[in-house]
Amino acid sequence: MAVQKLTIAKALNDSLRKALETDPKVLIMGEDVGKLGGVFRITDGLQKDFGEERVIDTPLAESGIVGTAIGLALRGYRPVVEIQFDGFVFPAYDQIVTQLAKMHARSLGKIKMPVVIRIPYAGGIGAVEHHSESPETLFAHVPGLKVVSPSNASDAYWMLQQAILSDDPVIFFEPKRRYWDKGEVDVDAIPDALHAARVARAGTDLTLAAYGPMVKVCLEAAAAAAEEGKSVEVVDLRSMSPIDFDGLQASVERTRRLVIVHEAPVFLGVGSEIAARITERCFYHLEAPVLRVGGFHAPYPPARLEDEYLPGLDRVLDAVDRSLAY
Amino acid sequence: MTVESTAARKPRRSSGTKRAAGAESARKTAVATAQPHDAEPQLVQLLTPEGERVESADSAQFAPYVADITTEDLRGLYRDMVLTRRFDGEATALQRQGELGLWASLLGQEAAQIGSGRALRDDDYVFPTYREHGVAWCRGVDPTNLLGMFRGVNHGGWDPNTNNFHLYTIVIGSQTLHATGYAMGVAKDGADSAVIAYFGDGASSQGDVAEAFTFSAVYNSPVVFFCQNNQWAISEPTERQMRVPLYQRAQGFGFPGVRVDGNDVLACLAVTRWALERARNGEGPTLVEAFTYRMGAHTTSDDPTKYRRDEETAAWEAKDPILRLKAHLLATGGADEAFFAQLEEESETLGKRVREVVRSMPDPDTMAIFENVYADGHALVDEERAQFAAYLASFEGGE
Repeated sequence: MAVQKLTIAKALNDSLRKALETDPKVLIMGEDVGKLGGVFRITDGLQKDFGEERVIDTPLAESGIVGTAIGLALRGYRPVVEIQFDGFVFPAYDQIVTQLAKMHARSLGKIKMPVVIRIPYAGGIGAVEHHSESPETLFAHVPGLKVVSPSNASDAYWMLQQAILSDDPVIFFEPKRRYWDKGEVDVDAIPDALHAARVARAGTDLTLAAYGPMVKVCLEAAAAAAEEGKSVEVVDLRSMSPIDFDGLQASVERTRRLVIVHEAPVFLGVGSEIAARITERCFYHLEAPVLRVGGFHAPYPPARLEDEYLPGLDRVLDAVDRSLAY
Repeated sequence: MTVESTAARKPRRSSGTKRAAGAESARKTAVATAQPHDAEPQLVQLLTPEGERVESADSAQFAPYVADITTEDLRGLYRDMVLTRRFDGEATALQRQGELGLWASLLGQEAAQIGSGRALRDDDYVFPTYREHGVAWCRGVDPTNLLGMFRGVNHGGWDPNTNNFHLYTIVIGSQTLHATGYAMGVAKDGADSAVIAYFGDGASSQGDVAEAFTFSAVYNSPVVFFCQNNQWAISEPTERQMRVPLYQRAQGFGFPGVRVDGNDVLACLAVTRWALERARNGEGPTLVEAFTYRMGAHTTSDDPTKYRRDEETAAWEAKDPILRLKAHLLATGGADEAFFAQLEEESETLGKRVREVVRSMPDPDTMAIFENVYADGHALVDEERAQFAAYLASFEGGE
């Protein structure tokens, strides 16, 4: 049965299982990924079926996890690393930025680093500090890394497959508050390219661009705008490095307006880069400045404030209205 | 008075009660059990600074590991050290002449590097710092390949998999984790190869090194942590890095640590062979602390006169690794003047070749900036490459 209805969590689990079955060099490493199946159960049952040599509970040391994953990759393995939460990746940031990202260039192409780093990210789950952050810009800014984030179950399944097959290091951001959202997954389909943007909803008046957890918010905003007679297109960027500027440009040339939405702080965020480049590419097509909706230049707030902090339907619609008012 | 300086002055310990058991079992526990912090540190030595072959209580268990070493082998080790020092001196001179941007000299650490490097098998894998020119020599990496990164034409000019010698790692201690991961892979493959990670006394303060110790211990990985304690991390003495003899740290992680005279090539060879054997036998990691001295500056940009005394340097000059083996070879009739003369000639030839290769080393093509950023390509790199190429082309055939 090719098409199944799966949660994002289950789609990721199936994807990891498929990778472990397909390639004996694929390893899973991380804290609590074994018997527990990870704190979000994404690796549930995998150690039982593939053993402790391939699904590896690691010491509680993120730099060590990524540093040894680099060594395993040098030996010919393809480690898929789980960082427990977004805010816990920083002890490994040095190994990721200084070593993992640069090893291929440093070796003049002789070394490849097929390492995937899975990070449950972003907010909306009422968690304590360090469990709700969106640090994707800090990785997208680094040459040598690729950065992606699925927004639905099908992409979760396929993009993880593609990330594991990639010979480059991929930072794979998983929208943790969407883990239990269900969607159709066709495991026999031919997937979109890993770094291609996709029109998630067609429209003619304005383009909303987002990725990961904000795609759902944007789709809701587009539906609400439609009730007011506004035709809003939603582009799921899917990849933050590289960004599919060609695909986005095609959309903006049709709609002439662009609003970018992400949970990460707006300042120097992915949206800033998109605004600059789309302005360069589409200067004569634009009817309004490119607008951004996102987090503030403030630490992620305590859970009781996150509904106000996070871009929601109203803030997205406000930006839509401001753009259309030009 | 610090633990470290005490160790430097009194390197040799008379027969301890610990050895009284003498049995095979004691042989293992002796190194596995670190002494209390106030005890005198051990030091494995097989050649005294005067070139005399000795076996103390600390070194007796390691002597069998070099029982097969012939006079010819000793001459080979001597040759390795002399040529390495010559190459190193040539590189320092080339920096002074403006041919290299920087050089990190290994002067004084030849025995630690040649002794450990010659203990390795071809299928073993080495993770160096940026100072392991002697180990590179042992691995068969052409020394001129080491100079590209210091001239600024690349970030590492050799294929790591040709000689199982990883690229130089500049960020301190990072490579100990890579070595550990590689060793985890070796164990998964069921191979009996070993991995050796080089680092220094300064690196021992890095969290990555502690994490490497933890990972290798819990996974029982076949890795040797070879620390060249050269007494100085740029301007900071070992007192600024540690309060116990470095090798004793291993005990806290659950594997043995040994301090070896890092200026004694024979002892370094013996102890490394022992540690590698443990790795091959599935006995897990070992920490080897090669107690040595950085005779030169940290790099050519450094000025040691600002932070260390001439007397200290002079005291270590008396323990020179090359002079002691020469004294041994002369005293035992292991080499004659013809050997030394021929080696001098070989050194000259090497120096000449190094100078010629460096001076004729071409700058990389400008567009190499965009090469090998990604293995599978990246749209932004492609776009910027095309834009920059067009920009450069706009000057061609211009007014």
